[in-house]
Formats: sequence, C-alpha cells, structure tokens
Amino acid sequence: MLRSSIQKAAKVSRRCVHIGNTNKAAVAKPSAEQTLLEVYIDDKKVLVEPGTTVLQAAALVGVEIPRFCYHERLAIAGNCRMCLVEIEKSPKPVAACAMPVMNGWRVKTNSEMTRKAREGVMEFLLVNHPLDCPICDQGGECDLQDQSMAFGSDRSRFTDIDFSGKRAVEDKDIGPLVKTIMTRCIHCTRCIRFASEVAGVDDLGTTGRGSDMQVGTYIEKMFLSELSGNVIDLCPVGALTSKPYSFTARPWETRKIESIDVLDAVGSNIVVSTRTNEVMRILPLLNEQVNEEWLADKSRFSYDGLKTQRLAFPMVKFDSGELKAVEWEDTLKHAAQALNNANGQIVGIAGPLVDAEALIAFKDLLNKLGSEHVYTENAFPLSGSGIDIRASYLFNSKIVGIEQADLVLLIGTNPRYDAPLINTRIRKSYVHNELDVALIGPKIDLTYDYEHLGNSASTVKDLISGSHPFNKRLAQAKKPLIILGAQQLKRSDGAALLAAVQQLAKKTAEISKVDASWKVFNLLQEAASQVAALDLGYKPGISNLKSLPAKVLYLLGADDSDVLKESIPTDTFVIYQGHHGETGAELADVIFPGVTYTEKQGTYVNTEGRAQQTLNAVTPPGYARTDWKILRALSEIAGKTLEYETLQEVRKRLEEVSPNLTSYGNVQESNFIAQATELSKSVKNNLESKPIDLKLKKLEDYFMTDVISRSSVTMSKCIQAVLKQKQNKYYDGVEK
Amino acid sequence: MLIFKNTRFFDKVINNIPKRSFKITAARNHDSLFVHRDTKENNLDVKFEFTPENLKRAEAILAIYPEGHKRAAMIPLLDLAQRQNGWLPISAMHKVAELLNLPKMRVYEVATFYTMFMRNPTGKYHIQICTTTPCWLRGSDEILNCIKSKLNIDVGQISEDGKFSLSEVECLGACVNAPMIQINDDYYEDLTVKDTEEIISELKADKKPKAGPRSGRYAAEPITGLTSLTEEPYGPGFGVKSDL
Repeated sequence: MLRSSIQKAAKVSRRCVHIGNTNKAAVAKPSAEQTLLEVYIDDKKVLVEPGTTVLQAAALVGVEIPRFCYHERLAIAGNCRMCLVEIEKSPKPVAACAMPVMNGWRVKTNSEMTRKAREGVMEFLLVNHPLDCPICDQGGECDLQDQSMAFGSDRSRFTDIDFSGKRAVEDKDIGPLVKTIMTRCIHCTRCIRFASEVAGVDDLGTTGRGSDMQVGTYIEKMFLSELSGNVIDLCPVGALTSKPYSFTARPWETRKIESIDVLDAVGSNIVVSTRTNEVMRILPLLNEQVNEEWLADKSRFSYDGLKTQRLAFPMVKFDSGELKAVEWEDTLKHAAQALNNANGQIVGIAGPLVDAEALIAFKDLLNKLGSEHVYTENAFPLSGSGIDIRASYLFNSKIVGIEQADLVLLIGTNPRYDAPLINTRIRKSYVHNELDVALIGPKIDLTYDYEHLGNSASTVKDLISGSHPFNKRLAQAKKPLIILGAQQLKRSDGAALLAAVQQLAKKTAEISKVDASWKVFNLLQEAASQVAALDLGYKPGISNLKSLPAKVLYLLGADDSDVLKESIPTDTFVIYQGHHGETGAELADVIFPGVTYTEKQGTYVNTEGRAQQTLNAVTPPGYARTDWKILRALSEIAGKTLEYETLQEVRKRLEEVSPNLTSYGNVQESNFIAQATELSKSVKNNLESKPIDLKLKKLEDYFMTDVISRSSVTMSKCIQAVLKQKQNKYYDGVEK
Repeated sequence: MLIFKNTRFFDKVINNIPKRSFKITAARNHDSLFVHRDTKENNLDVKFEFTPENLKRAEAILAIYPEGHKRAAMIPLLDLAQRQNGWLPISAMHKVAELLNLPKMRVYEVATFYTMFMRNPTGKYHIQICTTTPCWLRGSDEILNCIKSKLNIDVGQISEDGKFSLSEVECLGACVNAPMIQINDDYYEDLTVKDTEEIISELKADKKPKAGPRSGRYAAEPITGLTSLTEEPYGPGFGVKSDL
C-alpha cells in the first residue's frame, strides 16, 4: 500500500539546474533546457525540472524557507504551514513544500505577506506549546525555538491562559530510548512518516481530530525498532527526546567530534558530543554514501557501555590466580619475557573493534617475534582466491548501489540487525524503486515483503543449475544484487558456499546481461575490523585453537566466547589487550588496557572497503593507552622494536601494505571479480544439507553483540522492553 | 468546566472580583478519549467476527474499489462493523485492518477521527440531540431535559437496561425543522416535549416511531403553506418564440 502511494511522489525528479552563477557546466543540455521551468526566487532566476517544489527551487539559490513538517527524506505532508510564501499574482500564500513550481513564477520569500503568514502560523503553533524551554532537552537545538526567534512575532497576544488554558496531552511510554512529552508536540507527523516509511514499523499515528488530535500509538504499546532513535533527531520540538540523555547536557556546552561508528561494519558517520571528558551522546553525521542521516539504535545509545566494565589499569595474574593492577613497565616486561620465551610459538587473535593501526602493529610485532599466526575472529575461507582478491570479501556494489538495483537476493544474512542502515537502503529502494527482494535463510521480519526461497544452502546449487523457479526472476532483473552474510562463512561448508555464491553471481550477471561495471556479488561483513584485517593479510577465522602451537596467546580485543572457551591449553600464557573486561580478560595472565573508538584516532574500513577514521573525543580512563602505542612499547621492551613512533609513521606503514587504508572517505573500485570467480571453481562444491541459520533473528538479539553494547545498561533495558512488549496482548510482530 | 452547586453564593463572588483573575485548568474539549483503554466490554478478549451476511457485504464493498486502492473501503467496513455490533470495539477495528491488510494504526486513525464511530458501548437506541443555536432557540433544552428525566440518564450515559444512550451533538443540518433529535439513523424533527415523550415510550416498547417532522409538515416546506412557486409550473416551450 505504502509502496504504491509514495512511489508516485517519488517520480518527481529532484534533479535541478541552477544558472544564477556563470557555471556553464551545470546547465543542462539544450534539448533538456526546453523542458526546464524558469522560476524567480526573490528575483533570482533558477531553472528547474517540472515537479520541483517551490521549497526545493528556493534551496537551489540558497534561500532557506522555514519548515517543520517537511523533511527531504520523508513524504511531503504539508500540514505545519510554516513554509507559506507569497507567489506573485496568487491571492493567498502558498505552502512551498507541497507546491510544484510553474513556469515564470515569481516567489517572494521575504515579502510583507510571507512574513505575516509565518508570524501567524508561529502564533498558532505557540498557542498550545508549553513555555517550558528552560526544562526542555531540545532547548538550544529546537526548530520551534529558533524559528520563533527568526520568524515569530516579537510580542505575545496570548491571554487565553487566563481562560481555557493550554492544551495538555498525556505522555506515552514508547520504550526505554525515546522520552515523550506529548504536550510539546506540534503535529508535524515526521515521526509517523519515519516509522512508516523508513523504519517500516507502522505503530505511530494520529488519533482524534482538531485540538484533540494527538500523536501516539492509540493502544498501549511501545515503538520498538532498531531505528527508533532517529525520531528524536527528526522531532523539530522537544516532544520526542532521548531518554538516556535527558537532563544531562545542553548542546552549547558540549564539544562535538566527528567520528565513525564501529559497532557494525557499515561505518556510520557519527558526531560524538562530549563534556568534561565524558561521552554525553552520539548523533548521526550526514553521509549520503553510507548512513544518509540515520543511525541505528545500538550505535546511538550504547555509549554508556563505554564507561562501564572498562579495563583502566595494566594487570598481571599473580600466583594466587588473582589479577592485580601493576605498573605499565612491569606488565610490559612480564609480557615481553613470555613472548621472547615462546620461541615464535605465539598465536594472535584480533577482535571485531580493532583499528587498522593496531592491526598492523600487532601483525608486525608477531611477525618479528617469529610467528605467522595472526588471526581475526570472523571466518573467511582461504580456498579459491582467498583474501588475495578484495572483491571476494567486500560489498562490491557499495551501499548506494542498492538504490539502483531492481532485485536483491539475500543469502544467510539479516541486514535488518546485521547492518540496519543497509536495510534502510534496501527498504528505501523497495518503497521507491520497485525493488524486489528474495531471501535464503530462516524466515525473518525485514520490514518489507520478500520472496522466501527456503533455508537450505542447496537452493544456491539449484539456482546455479537453473532448475529453481526463481531463476526466471534473476534472468529478468536488469541490476540484480546478491548479498551473502559473512556469518555463513563460519559454517563447515563456508568455502563451498562462498564459491557457490560467486558462481551464482557470475551466472546471474550472464543470464540477466548486466552491464560489465555492475557488480552482482556482495559480502556483508559484520565486524568493523574485518575488512582492514583482511587487507593487511590476517588469517581469517580461528576455528581450531588447540591444534596451533601456542605458548603465548595474544588477544587483541578478542572476546568471542565461541573461539576462546575450552580451547586454550592450560599452560598457555594469555595476554589480553582491550578496553572491556569480558571473556578475553577473564582468561588473561597479563592485561593491557586499550581504548575504545571514542578515545583514539583510528582507521576503520567498512564493508564496502571505505576507509574512515575515528577521532579522539575523550581521553582514555586510568592508565589505558592507544593500542598501537602499547604494541610499540612492548616491541621495544621485547627487543624487536617496530620502526614507527608516530601516528603518521604507522599510517605510512599502512599505506605500504595497502594504500586504500589511508585514502579516507573513498572506496577503491573492486575489480578482478571474474578472476576471483574463476579461482573459486577450484573449490569442491559440496554444500551441506544443514539449513542456513542466522545469528540475529529477533529484535532482542540485536542490542547486545559486542563488548561495548554488552556493557551498556541502556541496551539491556532495550532487551527487557522488547521482551515485555512481546508479552503485550497488542503485540503483533511476526517475530514472536 | 466547573460546576457550582450553590450558584447564588458564587454569583456574588464572581461579580465582586475583577475579570480575568479567575483561573481554571485546561478545558477538556471532547467527551471521549483518543487513546484506547481496555475496559470490561472493550478489550482484545472480546472477539468480533462479521456475520456471514455481513462478510458477504464486506466482500461486495471491497469489490467496489480497484486493486491497490482497497484501503478506501475502510470507512464503509468500519460502518458495517458498527452496525453489526452497535458500536465499534477494538477487535472490530482489528478485523477491518485484517480484511484490508493494513497496519492497525491506520484503522485507529480513521476510527478516532470520525465522531460517528462509537468506540465505547452505546445503547440499542443512540439518541443524539442537537443543541446548536437554531435548535436551542426553538427549545432544545426542554427536549433534552425531557429525555434526561424520561430515561434517567445524563448526556454521555447509557440507561440501566442498556437500551438508550444519549449524546449532545452540534448541528445535524436540520435547522429548518428545529428542534430535532437523531435516533440511530432516523431524524425526528419539529419536536415538542410531548412528541419526545411519545417517541421514547414507543422505543421502550421496541416499536418503531414514525421518523420525520412531527408538526404535520411533509419536509421543510413553510408550515403555513407555500409562499412562492404557488402557481402551476410552466409547461415546455414557455417563453419560446412561436416561430421556433
């Protein structure tokens, strides 16, 4: 239903050309120019395509029209009336956000009529808006506050408080993340449109009418989605604010540091707000290539996990079996001694949150100590082309590529929880571009309809042989995508599955005759460190720790209990370097306290192969130090000094290994896909019959997946809320 | 609004204080809530199913609307459910959402927007009395008092036997036949207190009183007979040139 109605609105092309400047290159081709409309915004001429709204045309010449309900990523509602402008020869002011321009229109965004209209609308909005700005969390970043200063009247005519008073609305309980003060709501319906269009959870709506209208859920039910935090950013007033952040800081007293999220492999761009060396909150940063302007709840709200369970002091296990905090020097000496005594029998495992700088220092150190056993936690088969060709472990079509696709086949992945912001792209494309989705794996709720092709890995084989009914759809598709979940590579037939999917991608490209530049095969990684680690030549996936000669086991942020439990020989000396005390630290003989992503300048490569860097937002707690510096210090004490001392030098070393690692913000086009596919033929294609399973199937699985989110109280509250919601009679999700 | 029992005392007080110094809390604008609260009569355990006949009707209603626009059938379907049940319980909204394959919230939105969808139990005979200016001038207050005393209920209540419920509404568009009441689907117009009593006694006996004006008028024509258009209507060809 939604899909068809929005699509009509989306047909309106947003591509417009502006020739206010002498920029000739921006002018469209002469043939196209005939179809362009000429509009004057405050006497500035602009050429736009038919269907452009007044507000969009104004934006092209840099005139910003005030608005509350209009949001460029949501359907147009046109109900706040703040964007009223005068159009010459029109007797009434016109809502700029919803009015498509016509040829020759002269729009006056600063005329007497426009200003009076804005003032009037502002007055109506404020009639029922409480005057609680001093105690409102939105204060300082409130659209209503800002716009009433800019466009509102300078005095109040409001005397009604003495008669009937202001309207008051009951607050709603919509979960542990979003706090509601519904009296402040101005009914812009942005949250409702977000929930229905982007998040795909149709739980919010308006009930009642007139001055009794209210935004809510009607029944007592929480708004639980992996994207619910975004309604806080969307809300132009203080009706929806962040519960964990409530009453903790004001926007003007925080320092804002642009950084990267590392809790999944999407690499969402974030802004870390800090005050007095404490992370106060995390907000999304606009990046059209990656996360648009959204952020998933785990990335947004698990920051309280950065403050708990931290390893703040270097520790050594004493003979009593007790870990005690000791000086850095002693700890390093103790560890160096063990490393030197190991005669190269050292195994290193890097966890999911490690930055590229630490990864290279770690690998260089272990190599210098005579060990080649440096592993990542997440698996990737080394047969076929292995990790030699990047295209076999990247999301080759890039995240924006999803918007061009017309068919997506998901194999063994649940993008909704593995990479929520990739799922929003798929949903966006599903809603606006008629994208069709199919899934091989267990039945899950992806927020959009999909064709379920069963959960057997042998379906891939059927698709290759062409005997599956879905082959018809693959052949019809013009831009098909196949997305394989990296978690499936852990299966015992992971290599065969990867090879089979590569073959399938090649076959699909052949039968649907796609353009040579269109990349069908995509691997969806789950760990932020994985791509950088593979670029640096780590051995992926440690499955049989016992078979390795390990006198020393060096865990760099590795906490995967599947790997660690029961498989470590008792006489192995375990070094744990990381930021949270969890599975890995429990086993350790020596602990080096490292830093989290908010405390370092580190390089991360997302699933597309896009290198991005985090920046220092706060200083690490206690004696914790940047990971590569710890490794550098250890190397010196162990007598195998690494040849870099500054961040610049580490990055130079990174560049030597793989130049893409320091090309920040960019994605190197992946290539040699054909060669990778050719090499994959060498893998014996014996897929096992056991069904494909997923790690994260339900919303409650999503919130705690790594050391940071597992240490977060907010995340545990979210899980509680989801479980409580499932007890609710009115809960009707399919995940039950 | 505040209700004062001892009005004479308060009149004195009010007249002695300057205007606007009198503070009250926010007015409640509507007599029903716009959020759902489970009650004994209205909760998920009280199931709603369309009767086989009504299910057929629902299918016929759905067939009117083209594929992709089935949600337009929402109001007729909600109305059908309300007619079957007398009022619209939450399970009926869910049923409609299920028939239309829509999120439930979209149905709640519509059902709460329209005041003619009764989301709380009503009597078998739902009396709506118009008290807007024309009816009020023509004595709707007496009619209202008559109903209240006859049924022993107040506005917004249901009689003890569950047969009658009463609500006060704004203009129902029959001003020329004021005062008037609407009982279920029928208008009773040009009422006197006696007419009203009669109507209620008949309904109490489950008889169907005659709908329409009680003054002897057929519809809304002047009660003293026509004042214009009294002559015979002109036939065809009136005023046309004879040579045409």
